[in-house]
Amino acid sequence: MLLARVTGLVVATPKAEELEGLRFALLQPLGADLEPRGKTAVGIDTVGAAEGQLVFTVAAGPARAARGMGGRPVDLAVVGIVDEISREAS
Amino acid sequence: MILGRVIGRAVSSRKDERLLGTKLLLIEEVDPRGVGSGDLAIVADHLGAGAGDIVLVTAGRAARFKFTTREQPLDALVVGIVDTIRLEGERTFHKDEGFLPARRSARRHTRPPARSRR
Repeated sequence: MLLARVTGLVVATPKAEELEGLRFALLQPLGADLEPRGKTAVGIDTVGAAEGQLVFTVAAGPARAARGMGGRPVDLAVVGIVDEISREAS
Repeated sequence: MILGRVIGRAVSSRKDERLLGTKLLLIEEVDPRGVGSGDLAIVADHLGAGAGDIVLVTAGRAARFKFTTREQPLDALVVGIVDTIRLEGERTFHKDEGFLPARRSARRHTRPPARSRR
């Protein structure tokens, strides 16, 4: 799973029928310093995340284990909103 | 999923028979402001996307989950044709206007090619 920030959304009217009613979120993955790292991707939001929120995502096959995603052509899903992150000093 | 710009079609007369009748598009990955990454992909399309369209592409095994493609040897599928993109509260794309210049940043900005369906 990856940590990402919701940076926006995509609206697509013509779409695969299995994606009807789902929300497409723009997701900017974050690196170890919690700064943007890597390319923005589009994922299905299954938890109602708002723009600007920190979320975690599940990619590839396991994305279809997210709530309501079974049998859909989904390769990235938002499965949780992060309330707080803590770090252990090492 | 990734965002991609349709830049052409791949025509193949000798291919796996399960791909007969499947339209294959050439896609360049773009970011939410329309800047191309330089990465190219060949993706299957059942939605009727055409040159210049911005599309959502599902990759990997998920591409085969669409019923009509389940038996096909595919790893990338167009699952949506994009109407609008909103990034950080700003609309960056509308299908009738293409990508809109960024208000704040001076980032490189590219417009989609003219809409021509071949």
